[in-house]
Amino acid sequence: MITFMNNSDSEEEPCNERTSLMSAESPPVPSYQDGLPASEAGEPQAHRKRRTGSSRSPNNIADGDMSDSGVPVRESTLENEEEELTLKYGAKHVIMLFVPVTLCMIVVVATIKSVRFYTEKNGQLIYTPFSEDTPSVGQRLLNSVLNTIIMISVIVVMTVFLVLLYKYRCYKFIHGWLILSSLMLLFLFTYIYLGEVLKTYNVAMDYPTLFLVIWNFGAVGMICIHWKGPLQLQQAYLIMISALMALVFIKYLPEWSAWVILGAISIYDLMAVLCPKGPLRMLVETAQERNEPIFPALIYSSAMMWTVGMAKPDTAARGPSQQTWDTAEDGRENHRSPSHADSQMPETRSPIPTRPITSFEELEEEERGVKLGLGDFIFYSVLVGKAAATASGDWNTTLACFVAILIGLCLTLLLLAVFKKALPALPISITFGLVFYFSTDNLVRPFMDTLASHQLYI
Amino acid sequence: AFFWLVSLLLASLIWFVSVHLSDREDAKLQYGLLIFGAAVSVLLQEAFRFAYFKLLKKADEGLATISEDGRSPISLRQMAYVSGLSFGIISGVFSVINILADSIGPGIVGIHGDSPYYFITSAFLTMALVLLHTFWGVIFFDACEKRRYWCLGLVVASHLLTSGLTFLNPWYEASLVPIFIITLCTGLWAFFTAGGSFRNVLKCLSCKQEDDSRVMMYSALQVPFED
Repeated sequence: MITFMNNSDSEEEPCNERTSLMSAESPPVPSYQDGLPASEAGEPQAHRKRRTGSSRSPNNIADGDMSDSGVPVRESTLENEEEELTLKYGAKHVIMLFVPVTLCMIVVVATIKSVRFYTEKNGQLIYTPFSEDTPSVGQRLLNSVLNTIIMISVIVVMTVFLVLLYKYRCYKFIHGWLILSSLMLLFLFTYIYLGEVLKTYNVAMDYPTLFLVIWNFGAVGMICIHWKGPLQLQQAYLIMISALMALVFIKYLPEWSAWVILGAISIYDLMAVLCPKGPLRMLVETAQERNEPIFPALIYSSAMMWTVGMAKPDTAARGPSQQTWDTAEDGRENHRSPSHADSQMPETRSPIPTRPITSFEELEEEERGVKLGLGDFIFYSVLVGKAAATASGDWNTTLACFVAILIGLCLTLLLLAVFKKALPALPISITFGLVFYFSTDNLVRPFMDTLASHQLYI
Repeated sequence: AFFWLVSLLLASLIWFVSVHLSDREDAKLQYGLLIFGAAVSVLLQEAFRFAYFKLLKKADEGLATISEDGRSPISLRQMAYVSGLSFGIISGVFSVINILADSIGPGIVGIHGDSPYYFITSAFLTMALVLLHTFWGVIFFDACEKRRYWCLGLVVASHLLTSGLTFLNPWYEASLVPIFIITLCTGLWAFFTAGGSFRNVLKCLSCKQEDDSRVMMYSALQVPFED
């Protein structure tokens, strides 16, 4: 899901006045739709595939639920300006999301190209029990479809479970789940990743140093993600865990299953976010009703919500997507649940509805940003990583998929600006990505190779 | 970049289909089909450049209507430059990245009798191509805007000519030198199309502050200042 927060950008001088008006005019409660189904919640189950993604972050782009209380008075007068500013800031937000998505993809592609470990087949996760080593094409196709069905049903079940937990206010359970998931990601997967990278470059490292590095990395990560921390550090950690998750998926998903799963997950995303009874939509709406932010650990936010005196709760920002991951390796169950929003957030939000309008002017900065679910990051990176790992045309295919995904993201953000409610971020990008992958690999590659062998340029 | 990729996709599709329908063994025919594929690709690229121009024009009108002073925050010339540059970048990257990746690995260039200068000439050709795309973008958009269709035709013809010159490739004097001459001429043409002149260059070099310079500075897009 992509959600759109209003914020006043103090750095844009000419717009100061506007920005305060802008925040006042926040559009009505946006609904966040988690692009990624709640599959993100929960850390990997011992035997299940990891669903990355903070399905939390609905792919929906929803305008921050800023406008809630007391600003309607100002809003009506500035519709036109708001529209213009929305489009202007919309472009800014596109760039704000391009950078982290690109970074995540770069990390994944760099790792895939250099570290052999992630392209070796060492078994499969329990979520995809059917093997693809079958002699006939039909059997292989059938196995991959069955794998997909199992995976998607796991995701649906976990999402529904998370939504139920949220509905019945079992916050402690969700928080514990999220914390366990991020613990596992930050410590175990980082350890494995670091080990493989060191092996690839033949660098020796002793255990005390390793322990120190990983302990610091993990502890700071836990604090940043679940509590408070500098925004950029939090963003960096979210990008890193998305990349780690994507790498796990790339390693453990068999070829055809990966592509079918990508397709199926975008269809599921579309339905979960847009259907009235979809789990993600219900999650977002429940969060909005209760004026609570959705758990922050599952959503990437491009700007900070400075909640002092904020009248609107940060509603849609984070779709709690729960993903349960299981790694076959350690058999632990990690549930990635949407990380619990900052504990301070709900507190600051409670006095919100009673604030007078004038308090808005006192509000220095209310950052307006876009929120994108971590699940989206993960699946974008899985697509590009798989393209890098398996395409024989190498870099051209990877680049084509990269451009396709970014254009899809652009279009989704455009739709967000038009519709102003949470939208699934996966379908358009993944569709473009898949189309470009298969067509570039099969059609463009031979053409470009033949041209290059004669040193012809077009 | 997306538009360029789509054009490349369509051209590859056409080439692929033609190759599969033809006789694989006949080398001359395959080479002819390659030339045909390259020409089709060039024409499709220009067609998609035109389509992109139309799209940007629409977006420009939309931005202008909703803005305060009736002007859009990005001028058409800036869009032309960006569009040309992105076409150039994606075209250059697609042409050269596999060569770069291979250049890391162990190997000897030209061991089978090809030219040993493959890498360096590829690098120069790619650079020329990127610059050319940028210049063509500027000229193309300006020509479409002012409806000078002969300019359009000239741009398409020079693209075809450049691509055709690369067919002479192991004979680098005949291909590299003319291509660089074409690049230089197109660059000057684009400079004058965008409103530059010798006076502007001199002013720029002498670091004087000029209020109404006719040269557009293609700097980072900025939101217009408001008082």
